[in-house]
Amino acid sequence: MKKKLGKFALIFPFLLWMVLLIVVPLFLIAYYAFTTSDGNVLHFTFDNFKSFIRPNFIKVLIRSLKLSLFATVICLFAGYPVALILSGNAFKKKALLLVLLLAPMWMNFILRTYAWLTILSEKGVLNSLLEAAGFNTRSFLGNEKAVVFGMVYNLLPYMILPIYTSISKIPHSLIEASYDLGSSSYGCFKRVILPLSLPGILSGITLVFVPGVTTFVISDYLGRGKVPLIGNIIEQQFSSGIEWGFGAAISIIVMFVVILCMRIINKFTDEPEVTLL
Amino acid sequence: MKKIALLLSIAMLALILPGCGSSKTKLYVYNWGEYIDESVISDFEAKYPDIKVIYETFETNEDMYTKIKPGDDCYDVLIPSDYMIGRLIDEDMLEKLNFENIPNYSYIDDKYKAWDYDPTNEYSVPYMWGVLGILYDTTKVQEDTFTWNTLFDPKYKNQVLMKDDSRDTLGIALKSLGYSMNSTDENELKEAENKLLEHKDNYFGIVGDEGMDMMVEGDAPLAVMYSGDAARCISENENLAFAIPEDGTNYFVDAMVIPKNAKHKKEAELFINFMCETDTALKNVEEINYSTPHTGAYEQLDAERRNSFQYPGEDVLKAADVYNYLGSKEKLRSEIWNDYTASIAE
Repeated sequence: MKKKLGKFALIFPFLLWMVLLIVVPLFLIAYYAFTTSDGNVLHFTFDNFKSFIRPNFIKVLIRSLKLSLFATVICLFAGYPVALILSGNAFKKKALLLVLLLAPMWMNFILRTYAWLTILSEKGVLNSLLEAAGFNTRSFLGNEKAVVFGMVYNLLPYMILPIYTSISKIPHSLIEASYDLGSSSYGCFKRVILPLSLPGILSGITLVFVPGVTTFVISDYLGRGKVPLIGNIIEQQFSSGIEWGFGAAISIIVMFVVILCMRIINKFTDEPEVTLL
Repeated sequence: MKKIALLLSIAMLALILPGCGSSKTKLYVYNWGEYIDESVISDFEAKYPDIKVIYETFETNEDMYTKIKPGDDCYDVLIPSDYMIGRLIDEDMLEKLNFENIPNYSYIDDKYKAWDYDPTNEYSVPYMWGVLGILYDTTKVQEDTFTWNTLFDPKYKNQVLMKDDSRDTLGIALKSLGYSMNSTDENELKEAENKLLEHKDNYFGIVGDEGMDMMVEGDAPLAVMYSGDAARCISENENLAFAIPEDGTNYFVDAMVIPKNAKHKKEAELFINFMCETDTALKNVEEINYSTPHTGAYEQLDAERRNSFQYPGEDVLKAADVYNYLGSKEKLRSEIWNDYTASIAE
């Protein structure tokens, strides 16, 4: 009995945190999404959800999923080799590489995104260099490519770190055993390292895909407001201050779509302990 | 370990206590960002040593509204814009001012009084005003006259910075079609939305305050901008100029008001009165580039500034629309604006 109480005391701060900052806000969002008030009388309603079912809103949601998926795939293919190199012994200055990887994350996310405006804008650093080298200047911002670029730039570390952790945890004896049994280095990667790093890949995908779908800062700055994502539509409902119910309803729709996407991704692995949802 | 914890808590208490123990009245002032000469606040505290000003800022009228609506934050002075004051009055959130405590109100020029939102001048004291217009790069744009349709001219493909603000953007489109910026007619609003979408190839970007940087850097040649922001851009890039479209524009005012739940109404009125002293008003207008309704401060401005676009003639102001709070029709405008935002990329 006493032991149980001790355990509870340990988990209590986290429970309190969960309830106050996760469960209560979720209920609030549901409350706003499903109610409408005329005067002082509250009504239960599905109207906020119904008003989302229009071609242009659905298109924005599909665009968000599409761009975030692109960014996730790029992050995976660019990030996996980095994680592999980091966890191996081939690279001597591992600590330095890790610091280089993490250093941008110590800076404010909005500031980092804003800084790209100075580099990529019409009169920006990159265009000045192009001009000096005799090339035509170009417009890099205000399109879907710029938004995907921003997502990859900001979210790449979130792909690398979980993969790095899961590869580092693979016992070296397993890799040695695969070589002893006559495996090539490709075979070892395919049959030992890749399957065992799957949990890392899955958390990496979640950590990149979900913030990518819901971002609104990147599309505001690098997309110059011309590539609205679902996050922008949600933000607009709250910042304009009058459509909270609609904003809350879209948030719930996005949550369900994201959960659905994660379930599909999880289908690719049959190990129950790495299932995320 | 316990000792360290004890030391830390004592240290924290020491930090907090002076705040609690002091007998000073705390006056909470809530204003737009970069919308005051900050030395004015210390001047006020020097003049009234018993009052400590807690100064906070907001980005948009709606942000301010969202913050004060629940009523837990007790601000004493707010400085929102016209239509928002209309909304606050409509929702019974403002206190009537006692003008006996604000003798300097007499300095406010009569032509900046009796706005639609407060026709009997009971709730608000004008602080700054301005107009909406077009900031352009004179090296790239040559026009004899500017109208809102200039922004939709096909020759300016991918060159126009629009605002990510629904009142201004819908307002421009409405005005270019000959309607009121305050229109709540569904057909007129639809027509305005279609016009905005039809010319979306002209938009270089749909931006907030970062548009000022883009204009100063010379990234874009045309932008929809408030006169005060435009003046600031021009001071940083002399190739820029500002035009007030001939088909009429928006004329706005930001005014000082006291919310119903203010705890220090008397001190708030002292503050408003202090803001209307000629020296204070002059300091503010020289710092923030908007236009002053204060006769004393206006007279001391240099002639160049008094004759600039910042003080357009009566005819311009008469033809301009002041935004109103549209009550239950706000929802319709918000739906149109959502539809526009969602359709802009297709």
